Amino acid sequence: MRLGVVTFPGSLDDVDAARAVRIVGAEPMRLWHGEHDLHGVDAVVLPGGFSYGDYLRCGAIARFAPVMTEVIDAAARGMPVLGICNGFQILCESHLLPGALIRNEHQQFVCRDQRLRITNASTAWTNAYEPGAEIVVPIKNGEGGYVADSATLDRLEGEGRVVARYVDVNPNGSLRDIAGICNPGGTVVGLMPHPEHAVESLCGPGTDGLGFFTSALTALLARA
Amino acid sequence: MPRVVVDVMPKDEILDPQGRAVHGALRRLGFDGVADVRQGKRFELTIDDVSHEALAEVRRIAETLLSNPVIESFAVRVEDGR
Repeated sequence: MRLGVVTFPGSLDDVDAARAVRIVGAEPMRLWHGEHDLHGVDAVVLPGGFSYGDYLRCGAIARFAPVMTEVIDAAARGMPVLGICNGFQILCESHLLPGALIRNEHQQFVCRDQRLRITNASTAWTNAYEPGAEIVVPIKNGEGGYVADSATLDRLEGEGRVVARYVDVNPNGSLRDIAGICNPGGTVVGLMPHPEHAVESLCGPGTDGLGFFTSALTALLARA
Repeated sequence: MPRVVVDVMPKDEILDPQGRAVHGALRRLGFDGVADVRQGKRFELTIDDVSHEALAEVRRIAETLLSNPVIESFAVRVEDGR
């Protein structure tokens, strides 16, 4: 099972994402932003960071990187794609997910261990969790406020496409406490917090993030 | 060469934390006459000519890359028609 991790200029969390993939027993495949090639991977992670310096808008330039043409095509064919933080921003800019992420309401960068509730445990990236499970993973962003018009928010909630919500504290002003959403098929997931930073007990708040990566393996095995 | 200006602004219904921060700073500085501040971006595109087709292309550029229609609106104007 090979999970691709894309590196854009300015990606920061690609190494941790690849490490998380390895820890759950899959083979990480590093993918380069400038290549029109996914090297036959079974799923893709778009990692956090500041692709292209966050110039213009977060994710706006990465969305047009050569590798994204392939990611968008593969996502349309049902390949699981997880966008974390900057990856979530790229998925929104790519229109693979609705809405957008804007500067935190309080205008400050946030970096904390964040409690989340998994509100859809049937996606390709969350099936390892019990519905309603609460997990703690780090969050670190300056532009993580999820916004969309009310009709879009109602649709996301009505279709069960809010994958995770912030619990206790809303760290960035995201509307309706939304921390993550998915596409209608549950294969493409965007998440502002960082499960790849919570995969080993030595560092970080625990191992609650592992489930995102084991979920992808389960989803891929179910298809095989 | 003619220059086309594309102004990109956050939509009215979208919270603009940067504009709000600027507004707060103005009040701290004693500039009390400002009711609201919205912060946007200005792009200056130098193009070969200002034909209908060229301006249509600028609008496509504005909606494809320069703005995100989910959260921003844009306006295109020719600044220097010489």
